[in-house]
Amino acid sequence: MSTKQKARFIISIFFIALIYSCSGNNGKPGTSDAAEKVYVAPGEYDEFYAFMSGGFSGQITVYGLPSGRLFKIIPIFAQHPENGYGYTPETKPMLQTSYGEIPWDDAHHPELSQTDGTPDGRWIFINANNTPRVARVNLSTFETEEIIEIPNSAGNHGSPFITMNTEYVVASTRFSVPIPQKDVPISSYKENFKGTISFIKVNPENGRMNIEFQILVPGFNYDLAHAGKGPSHGWAFFTSYNSEQANTLLEINASQNDKDFIAAINWKKAEEYIKEGKGKKYNSEYYHNIYNDETHTATSNVEKEILVLDPKDCPGLIYYLPTPKSPHGVDVDPSGEYIVAGGKLATVIPVHSFSKMIKAIENKEFISEIFGIPVLKYESVIAGEVEDPGLGPLHTEFDGNGYAYTSAFISSEIVKWKLGTWEVVDRIPTYYSIGHLMIPGGDSKTPFGKYVVALNKITKDRYLPTGPELCQSAQLIDISGDKMKLLLDFPTIGEPHYAQGIPAEILMKGQKKIYELGKNNHKYGLRSEKDAKVEKNGNDVHIYMSTTRTHFKPDNIEGIKIGDKVYFHITNLEQDWDIPHGFAVKGMNTAELLIMPGQTRTAIWEPKSEGVYPFYCTDFCSALHQEMQGYVRVSAKNSSNELKYN
Amino acid sequence: MRENMMNKKERLQTIIAALILIGVFLFPIWKIDLQAPQYPEGIGLRIWVNQITGFNEFDLNNINKLNHYIGMKEIVPSSIPELKIMPYIVLFLIAFGILVSILKNKRFLTIWLSLIIILMIAGLYDFYIWGYDYGHNLNPNAPIKVPGMSYQPPLLGSKQLLNMKSISLPDIGSYFIGISFLLGSYVLFNKKK
Ligand SMILES: [Cu+2]
Repeated sequence: MSTKQKARFIISIFFIALIYSCSGNNGKPGTSDAAEKVYVAPGEYDEFYAFMSGGFSGQITVYGLPSGRLFKIIPIFAQHPENGYGYTPETKPMLQTSYGEIPWDDAHHPELSQTDGTPDGRWIFINANNTPRVARVNLSTFETEEIIEIPNSAGNHGSPFITMNTEYVVASTRFSVPIPQKDVPISSYKENFKGTISFIKVNPENGRMNIEFQILVPGFNYDLAHAGKGPSHGWAFFTSYNSEQANTLLEINASQNDKDFIAAINWKKAEEYIKEGKGKKYNSEYYHNIYNDETHTATSNVEKEILVLDPKDCPGLIYYLPTPKSPHGVDVDPSGEYIVAGGKLATVIPVHSFSKMIKAIENKEFISEIFGIPVLKYESVIAGEVEDPGLGPLHTEFDGNGYAYTSAFISSEIVKWKLGTWEVVDRIPTYYSIGHLMIPGGDSKTPFGKYVVALNKITKDRYLPTGPELCQSAQLIDISGDKMKLLLDFPTIGEPHYAQGIPAEILMKGQKKIYELGKNNHKYGLRSEKDAKVEKNGNDVHIYMSTTRTHFKPDNIEGIKIGDKVYFHITNLEQDWDIPHGFAVKGMNTAELLIMPGQTRTAIWEPKSEGVYPFYCTDFCSALHQEMQGYVRVSAKNSSNELKYN
Repeated sequence: MRENMMNKKERLQTIIAALILIGVFLFPIWKIDLQAPQYPEGIGLRIWVNQITGFNEFDLNNINKLNHYIGMKEIVPSSIPELKIMPYIVLFLIAFGILVSILKNKRFLTIWLSLIIILMIAGLYDFYIWGYDYGHNLNPNAPIKVPGMSYQPPLLGSKQLLNMKSISLPDIGSYFIGISFLLGSYVLFNKKK
């Protein structure tokens, strides 16, 4: 633990004790009332989908609300042995980066696509923090379709927040680094280090992403973001800290300035500057991986260039809003007028006004200029300050009824306050150390309200202990009344860093049930069992295999020799919903396969010793699942056994 | 002799009766639905004048997959000769109906109506034979063998076949035949002038 973490922990324990002593039985809903509200009867559906980041698991997990039931893990930045994602040649390209294959990451902020500021259920985006990437998941298949690497970036934390009509997904760099990268002393931070903010354009037809432009920004740490909406549509807001530009012991050295900044970026203006040719082309290699669900295969493209805007050449592109003190979250209310900052070390929640900001810009109420970026006068842009918002206010979501809910990390609570009057109206403890919080649609123009979900880092005494590592958790809190009410605790996979929620009915309509065999254009795919075959090409053996209830074709293969590389290209011929088949060979060094109806997947196997090896279906598919098996015979390298199969 | 001749209105009605049969080309004639817990979305077959399709897009494929457990032959619409002949029979009936109207003679109308009845009975009988064949001629090596069990779908109505309830009923196409026949009969038997 760092000193800072220790201090934090001690403070939070102190507050936990405080809350316990004064709240009595508050942490135990235990009433039938709460049970009734989260009970979803067998065969009935949850009202909302909740998409939670898997944090250091690199995935997204899908839960139902209000039940808190886990439905699915969507593999994104990490290999997933359950279905072979990241192991098969079809999916391995998804994990390619300019650093080679990276089969893990730290995924923080799921973000649903929006139309007119309302979640539309087409896609969900999520960032990879460590090796900067942004992924897009198709919500009709719940599969990852695209991953784009962000060059000139390090610690892709403020990402992938989206604009009102999913015009752009933005990504800001947490760590400033030399751009382009070069070998310089770290102590030359102030001269050599820069940040970037990337605008990734999203094709409205198919969701395809491309990095339209980057903006070069001063070498601060950029933390989080949110795009404007309504009147503030066309703008995006980014928190920054370490305006001191310290490069060592940031805990102290980056906590000196009384105010850091929210960078307000006018992206419509950026588009104009790009049109005027103000962008400079930088050479930078980055990967763009796209999965095609007709070839059932991903491909990696290497991009070589990126367009960069320098604010020095682009007046009016960026303004700084001074914000106390090391701001973390930045959230825009449903009306698009208020920009709420969460200051890790602040004692109030500052709320900026968009209309005041525009007026201050018109009146040139600047107090200074940093690297050519005007800094606006705090008093001219501030709409109000929320007093006594809890210790360590981080993130704010909105219920659409004029109230805001802010998570307070250090005091482990959610604080409800009123927009406009800035008065705190309610607070509820969370267990413990809440980071983000989520209201379905709570960062959009149209919050669906009803619940707030607390995303907690520590569970301590809340569950059965499981050794030194305890689960992380989410808590469901009812916000339909005047008083917030805790309804449910449920454990989560990885770190539930942030989440997004959407009414189930929006997603259910578009669900894909099968992949049509007639559209299967996989290079080694089959359309029918008759086409099953084995081909040998030097040391490569390609097995075109079909699966259907409840057999493989072929199911006996002989003539494989040591030194051969065996490719099992398996097509699931089923065209029925929820009938996947699995595949595994004894001693296979990668993962099993889980193949959806109409899909083709490849397992690569390099047998090392002679013998007869069984393979079988790993997914209990029907009554004769246990009979769904076969054998591969492996002979010595110099054996004269001919290739045969049936 | 005179009362055997049709008037204008009757001729028109006969033409309409004949043309109603075009509906047989637009809708399935028969449906066989299967009910089982694993298929909450429903699964079934639709028999058209010239093809067999699933209730849902891939049902035929899925029913064949299920049937292989009990050793039932695969249903391959392109290899069923009736589906090639039936469209011509219906076209013939339409043409005949129009001809009846042209010839104006109610005797021909009687023949036309009798033909419809005969062809319908023949069709049902053929359907029965078809069901019998599929339900009884099972692969002796089928994975699931239940002593004494056959899987012939009911000709009309419902029947439990292992875990599946099989329901066989005329579909919209047949209603057109019925309406056509009723209208023809009305022309034949209506005495009012
Ligand atoms: Cu299987």
